[in-house]
Amino acid sequence: MSIEVKSFDTLRQASEVLGGSAQYIAGGTLLMRKVNYGDQSFNQLVQSTDPALKQIQSQGDEILIGAGVTMSEIMQHPQLQFLGEVARSVGGPAIRNMATIGGNLFAPRPYGDMATALLALDANLHWASGQQQSLEQFLERSDAARDIVHSISVRQPPTGAFQYLKVSRVKPKGVSLLTVAVLLNRENGRTGNVRIAFGGMAPEPRRAMAAEQALQGASLDESGIQRCLAACTEGMAPADDSLASSWYRNEVAPVYLKRLLLQRS
Amino acid sequence: MSRVEFRKDLFADERSDDLNEVGKPTIRQDIIGHVRGTTRFYDDHLFDGLLHMRCVRSPHHHARIRNINVSGAESMPGVRRIVMPSDVPNNLNTLLSLIGFGRDDEPLLSSAKVAYKGEPVCAVIADTERQARDAVAAIKVDWEVLPHVLDVEQAIQPDAPVVNETYPNNLFDYGRFDHQKLRFGDVHSAMQRADKIVEGQYQMSPIEQAPMETCGAIAAPETNERIVCHTATQALFFSLGTTAKLLDVPSSRLHFIGGTVGGGFGGKVDSITEPMAVLGALLTGKPVKFHWDREEEMQVGAPRGAERWVIRDGVMNDGSIIAREFTGYFDCGAYTRLSSYAIQKGVGHLPGPYTIPNVAANVYCVYTNRTPATAMRGFGITGVDFAIESHMDKVAEAVGMNPIELRIHNAYRDGDMKAHRRVAKNTALIECCQVAAQKSNWQLGPQYASASSLRDGGSTERAAIPETAVDMVGKIGERRSSSIAASPAQGTERVPAGQASELLSPLPLQHADMQIEPSRVGHTVKATAPLANAAGAPPPAATAHRETTQPPATQVSTPVSQQSPVSPPESLPASSTGSYQQPPRDQPAASPPEAPAVKPYEPQERFNKGMNRPGAARHLINRRRR
Amino acid sequence: MAKKPISFVLNGQDTSVFVEQGGNLLDELRRTVGDLSPKFGCGQGTCGACTVLINGEPQLSCLVLAERVEGQRIDTNGGLAEGPDLHPLQKAFVEGFAAQCGFCSSGMLMAAKALLDRNASPSRDEIAEAISGNLCRCTGYEPIIDAIVVAAENMRRRTT
Repeated sequence: MSIEVKSFDTLRQASEVLGGSAQYIAGGTLLMRKVNYGDQSFNQLVQSTDPALKQIQSQGDEILIGAGVTMSEIMQHPQLQFLGEVARSVGGPAIRNMATIGGNLFAPRPYGDMATALLALDANLHWASGQQQSLEQFLERSDAARDIVHSISVRQPPTGAFQYLKVSRVKPKGVSLLTVAVLLNRENGRTGNVRIAFGGMAPEPRRAMAAEQALQGASLDESGIQRCLAACTEGMAPADDSLASSWYRNEVAPVYLKRLLLQRS
Repeated sequence: MSRVEFRKDLFADERSDDLNEVGKPTIRQDIIGHVRGTTRFYDDHLFDGLLHMRCVRSPHHHARIRNINVSGAESMPGVRRIVMPSDVPNNLNTLLSLIGFGRDDEPLLSSAKVAYKGEPVCAVIADTERQARDAVAAIKVDWEVLPHVLDVEQAIQPDAPVVNETYPNNLFDYGRFDHQKLRFGDVHSAMQRADKIVEGQYQMSPIEQAPMETCGAIAAPETNERIVCHTATQALFFSLGTTAKLLDVPSSRLHFIGGTVGGGFGGKVDSITEPMAVLGALLTGKPVKFHWDREEEMQVGAPRGAERWVIRDGVMNDGSIIAREFTGYFDCGAYTRLSSYAIQKGVGHLPGPYTIPNVAANVYCVYTNRTPATAMRGFGITGVDFAIESHMDKVAEAVGMNPIELRIHNAYRDGDMKAHRRVAKNTALIECCQVAAQKSNWQLGPQYASASSLRDGGSTERAAIPETAVDMVGKIGERRSSSIAASPAQGTERVPAGQASELLSPLPLQHADMQIEPSRVGHTVKATAPLANAAGAPPPAATAHRETTQPPATQVSTPVSQQSPVSPPESLPASSTGSYQQPPRDQPAASPPEAPAVKPYEPQERFNKGMNRPGAARHLINRRRR
Repeated sequence: MAKKPISFVLNGQDTSVFVEQGGNLLDELRRTVGDLSPKFGCGQGTCGACTVLINGEPQLSCLVLAERVEGQRIDTNGGLAEGPDLHPLQKAFVEGFAAQCGFCSSGMLMAAKALLDRNASPSRDEIAEAISGNLCRCTGYEPIIDAIVVAAENMRRRTT
């Protein structure tokens, strides 16, 4: 099966030929490795030059990011500084010049650091068909996607409310052992609305709901976060892989979450 | 910008520091090409019409091949040839057969069964890499999955699955034993005298060399009936010899070009890609590239084998280690490759750079259903050194001593006798410890800070070969009925002090200047005459310091040229136990007779039959030329 | 499947070739164009040996669909030296022993060039970050970082 490449001016046209043996290629960092390694599940690559893929627009405190915006572009954009640290943690400079925010949502573990951050930030997806969906809903059954992500909208978090940590064995840069992202609004020294997302702790980035609940209204100190830490691996399914065992990930997830939570107070 | 610090103050009078190049920073001769990107690695040789070869590999650790269905693949676009095991003229080899060590145990392409995940069973040659990959995906293998074993100690249980039929006990044969033995002094009686016994177990993981350039080769027919092969190999003539043997091609027809290696670290000696590429070129008459992608490099590229070491020390309260015992399990994976040899190197290193008067070691080369292991930096030494040095810290803790002082206290010094019966020379551990302590601001007591490798060594006691307890446990043919003991057995026989015990000459000397200096050997060495001719008239003394039982009545003198490098798999007559006698020095020792005793397993063929087996490449001779 | 004609500027030279559909830029540069300086180390974006600059930015050529570089400017290590004269980065690599086997060098040099093009006096941390996507198994990286520091100094001196 040699590969056939089809290009379309608009995402909508591209999305119409998807499915079966056709895959949409964005930055290529995930799909080209499959091509190089002879993946037999597809033989068509579909790409689009739709300018909307590269747009970054803000309306109030909500920012719309085109799915084709690369990690490097995020790092350089003044309004996306809250995601700059996340983008910088993805790959080396060359990967960041290629990898897109849209593609990261489809990245299998141990990848998907940006998706983990966007999950904590409660981002929404805008599909080429015009439909919208929360990222959380999408991640629950991402294998069912038959459409192309057009853009991602995310609300700019209040200063200091968003925290992110990527744990990696290699310095300065390596693949994620696990990733933690926390969105935490504070009200009078206590925690208000909380979202905690883990990457690498399940096949897809996943919210730690029980930990979120346990943190609601708690004080941000060692004893206040105890219940949250104890509950943070509930519902997780970390992998046993060459980076770490599932046991190890379960053991260290609360440790890193604690560092992240206490670092802020 | 060199970060190397030369400590020329140490042992300054042992060298005249007047060399022009040695010891001075210089610019690599090949670095200009590297930085310009003009260095030609094997894959930087372009050929018109280059074909690409890829393997069908086992998804199982251990499985029998019921059937391979290539019908779908054969007619796919671009496919030139499906290469089956039957296309390999001499499809069984062991790497070290080139030096006559071990039996042929590994096919290039497996036809009957696979013993590790990723083992190749057939290959496709196609116009493009993609087409080769597509065809590989279309080949259907009917597997009968077999039970597998991935742990060394489980693999030597009597009921373990047989990994490698050439070695049905899952153990390599070291001459007459199923393990490499080292005996020096009497550890058992020394342990009884010791104030403390310190025990530890140390486990390494396999380590992939992970060179930046994956293993690969391109072979192409030349106009003169030769095949040129550009390869990433670290061992060009090794790869050439192996290719000649596997493909039954005169080595004069093979034109190997190498020497430019994109990182090797030991992982590019296994000579697998070269025979594959050359086979492809022979079968198609076209240039063929066979290379591993990164996943193959990591999955089937032979790593440094995992080792498990159990160390038991007898220690006095002052920190003196008076006995050290090793049991080593070396995970060699499914096939021998270089593990058997790595163990010999490792055992030669025991008990580490320390003078310990009583040492015993049993080291097993164990076959498991894991990727075959091979060389990596510090071949045979790194794993056991990790174990030894970890254990030194444990001993220091047990006796409450500063770990660096403990090392200096036990360090070997010039003139000391080592466990493998060579006199230590040019030792430098003490100085190394002192510099390390200084660099890390680690305080040393005055007697340790002023110690020297040049002093206090070689006293009568430290230079002596002690009376040695030996045992016959683990003779080939004796196991299978029971599990292997976790530590070396108590000696049942004694070898008198000052004698060489079971020291065997690895190969008859070919030239007088290869004789080891008598001053380096702890016992009398008879100068051996150079081998008169390659065909091998028995030189009189090549086995002179090999002790055997008393010459049996039915003795037949075996020509030395046919003697195995280590020792043929022979059994001692039962009557010989307890009567270790030194044969007269000036009389060539005879090899013991074959003993037709009860043997659950004994190799059918002599130890070094790799080369001389009927059907093996007739173009190679098992002899080094001068 | 029919090959596709594309044109791009490689190391300052107009280049036109027919590329395989679905082929990656690395293969096409090496096999079709004949620029052998970028290397295949993994084909999956983890090693950086195939790093080239596309419009001045480092990218991994093994993950770039070849036909996407139509009309773009590509720079490889093959074009870094000016005739017989080594680029200051190459010179510093030679003198600082920053290459051993040489397999990572071309990618490493392009990653370093991209950094120095944008930042004339990077810190060691910035250098480490800039080459964080490029693996080297021989040197332990320190000599490479040293060499980039030296090259940056030499280039500043040359321009001032």
